[in-house]
Amino acid sequence: MIDTDVLTRVLGTAVKSGADFAEVFAEDKRSTSAGLDDGRIEQVTSGRDRGAGIRVVKGDTTGFAHTADLSEAGLLTAAASAAAAASQGGGGVRTVALTRRDGTKVNTVARYPDEVPKATKVELLRRIDEAARSAGASIVQVSAGYGDSRRRILVANTDGVLAEDEQVRSLVRMSVVANGDAGMQTGFQSAGQTIGFEMFDSVDVEDLARDAARMAISKLSARPAPSGAVPVVIQRGSGGVLFHEACGHGLEADLVAKGASVYRGKAGELVASPLVTLVDDGTMSTEWGAIGIDDEGHPSQYNVLIQDGVLTDYMWDYLRARKEGRPQSGNGRRQSYMHLPMVRMTNTYVLNGTDEPDEIVRNTESGVYVAKLGGGSVNTATGDFVFGMVEAYLIENGEITDPLREGNLIGNGPQVLRDIDMLGNDFAMGNPGTCGKDGQGVPVGDGQPTLRVKSMTIGGTAA
Amino acid sequence: MSFESALQHIADAVIAQAEPGEQLEAYVSRDSETDVRVYEGEIEHFVSAQSEGIGIRVIRDGRTGFAYAGTLDERAIAEVLAEARDNVVFGTPDEWAGLALPDGVPVVQQDLWNEVLAGYSTDRKIELTKELERLTLASDSRVRIDDANYSDVAAENAVATTTGIRRSGRENGCYVSVSTLADDGDETQTGFGFSVGRSPDEFDLAKAAKEAAERATRLLGATKPSSRRLTVVLDPFVTAQFLGIISSTLNGEAVIKGRSLFKDRMGEIVASPLFTLVDDPTNPLAYTATELDGEGLAARRNVLVDGGVLQSFVHNSYSARRANTGSTGNAVRGGFKGTPGVGCLALQVQPGTRSQAELVADVTDGVLVQQVSGLHSGVNPISGDFSTGASGLLISNGQIGAPVREFTIASTLQRMLLDLVEVGGDIDWLPMRAAGVSLVISDMTMSGA
Repeated sequence: MIDTDVLTRVLGTAVKSGADFAEVFAEDKRSTSAGLDDGRIEQVTSGRDRGAGIRVVKGDTTGFAHTADLSEAGLLTAAASAAAAASQGGGGVRTVALTRRDGTKVNTVARYPDEVPKATKVELLRRIDEAARSAGASIVQVSAGYGDSRRRILVANTDGVLAEDEQVRSLVRMSVVANGDAGMQTGFQSAGQTIGFEMFDSVDVEDLARDAARMAISKLSARPAPSGAVPVVIQRGSGGVLFHEACGHGLEADLVAKGASVYRGKAGELVASPLVTLVDDGTMSTEWGAIGIDDEGHPSQYNVLIQDGVLTDYMWDYLRARKEGRPQSGNGRRQSYMHLPMVRMTNTYVLNGTDEPDEIVRNTESGVYVAKLGGGSVNTATGDFVFGMVEAYLIENGEITDPLREGNLIGNGPQVLRDIDMLGNDFAMGNPGTCGKDGQGVPVGDGQPTLRVKSMTIGGTAA
Repeated sequence: MSFESALQHIADAVIAQAEPGEQLEAYVSRDSETDVRVYEGEIEHFVSAQSEGIGIRVIRDGRTGFAYAGTLDERAIAEVLAEARDNVVFGTPDEWAGLALPDGVPVVQQDLWNEVLAGYSTDRKIELTKELERLTLASDSRVRIDDANYSDVAAENAVATTTGIRRSGRENGCYVSVSTLADDGDETQTGFGFSVGRSPDEFDLAKAAKEAAERATRLLGATKPSSRRLTVVLDPFVTAQFLGIISSTLNGEAVIKGRSLFKDRMGEIVASPLFTLVDDPTNPLAYTATELDGEGLAARRNVLVDGGVLQSFVHNSYSARRANTGSTGNAVRGGFKGTPGVGCLALQVQPGTRSQAELVADVTDGVLVQQVSGLHSGVNPISGDFSTGASGLLISNGQIGAPVREFTIASTLQRMLLDLVEVGGDIDWLPMRAAGVSLVISDMTMSGA
């Protein structure tokens, strides 16, 4: 993307006024998206984002500037601007020797999105529309979206790192509305992987559409969700967001360092049920959060965060790792070249336990079975979190019974982790997600086996 | 030549290339922003950033294609136009597709560009941020700082269409914010405060500091309340967030596509007679006041619900054509990367007369909800069901009582609007698309222990 000699000169300019560290992050991203709604392909969109962000660190201060101009002149201007932002004084010359570093090989792309005709992509949406509408007479509306992106990144810094990565992602999502006597209900499905169009060799979009329709139809007869604290069983692959919110964010070293996490100072302590081993894994092939390198040039890693209930480590980016004098963990990510990196998750999941999923339900006298969770959010300082149930059922006498209307689940992260009392042997990853932090969104994955939390608060309206 | 005319020139040059039978729209924007983050008296980061880009929409034979690029490089613009044209053939022909037509509604001139901010020095921006951190720390000994921030943005854009729209504008604005943590023994709670202005001279740092400290400390010692039905008083900040959700049910596009719970309710009573909802981006007090909508039509005042009766949905030119009506000037555009959707621009509930304290004094068993979380995940604007995480203060026999947290409040949007018993007089022009005001809702479900 950029010549090594140019990078060396740009980094030299960035540290000329005496900075400790400088970095060039260049990105070239092409994307295509298409949307279907109300029976029509509404629009195909093509996008191009290309530019570089330059970061200069002096002491505890970071200066940052970005430019859409990848010429040497454009980069030098941005470097000078970032350097001025980081520092007012100093002086000195440093020459940087860049050494190419390989990322983790996470997958191989078989069919690049730009090699696939747009008509073929649009056809997926038509199939989704048709499959969902033929799932039942009550289906009144379908919307669907297709998206792909090919993102090339390059990172060079004054520690001598030079690394490149290509991240290809494909995504399809759909929402279906069913109409019944008691109003409208919605069902959702999506699939996304870090590969090209070959994703659709194994992902059947019509199956997804039928599943979204089934969800909307089943909710037509849903009862109001209960209100209050009950045992909650979460179906495999549908509740990874629980861990993302309940503890994932709290294990991000930037929040920990500022004392804005309930998990601060808890390394080596029992923070969860001994059943729980939690991993953040950027190397997980084809999953939505997979990366070869993070956005600071560090190879992605498999990091154990909680082992048998004991907090083993936090997640790290360059700045926090440097401060603590320890290695990075491949979790320095950013939305685009216009953003500063920070500590972010990749694919976060809980490893298998030993319980049979059927047994977990049978052993629950009464409670709620969550088949799909929606988005959520957490206050990392208190651990209080909330997320929506988009598909849930009552459990009565050890059996899954009536569907429930939507509601939020709330809890406290550390408490819920301790309250996990059954863990299934049926691990699955969940839907592709976008994690938002400080205004930046990055693709993340999550997963878990079927599990039970002995008490969580359901925010329904039924007594 | 000013930036504005430079951008207009770029947009004009694109649409001049229209071929017979083709409608073209070019939207061009350029932003610059400054972000300062201070932590423990030092600059944690300083970001100085410029970005620009173009989005081109092509419509031919009722089909729409779109492309964008994050640069105004001439070659890139030519590529964007070619890509947008290439994308046209994949759309389904749609008899209502098309660009906005000039509708003769005059633009309400507004003062959206502030020269004081444009000339404000970097050093003073940094100093303000440090001052906010100092003031916040000084306001309560239990309070720590997560971060203190200053942000400003200057944005300029231009739009041109082959249907005769040709408009440009620029605006700038700034805000400071501070995130706080308050400790009491093992317990930590969080808060935030902010102040916005057309220029930093309008900031009220002391108020931002005080609110940030209060928000964090008021929840110390909070417990989980017992589940029950009760009266809920929504703080202005919470009301503004609910209005954001309600606005999606009044979206003309959602209505024509059968996705709004109010789709068949025009002219009917949908809310308490106390509820009058207006979208008015021409009100200069509104944070999101603007002269133009996302298609370049004049922004205008629309009464959506009048005394509880549903009066109007909001439309852009596409949804208006389908609904056989005119655009209400409610095209919204998230920058050059997308085509205009439909949305409210600056909502406000017509305020009542009494203070929040007076409203609370009439409540026998209730809760004052000061913060909600998970509203985006807990509301289904299609069915109207919602439940949201909340924290606040219990109200007993007219008296504010103990702080409570980790509970939800739930109802449906339909019921909540009908159960409204009073609107406060405490309108607050928040940095959101809706203004805040206290609301009293007579019957909601609180789920806790």
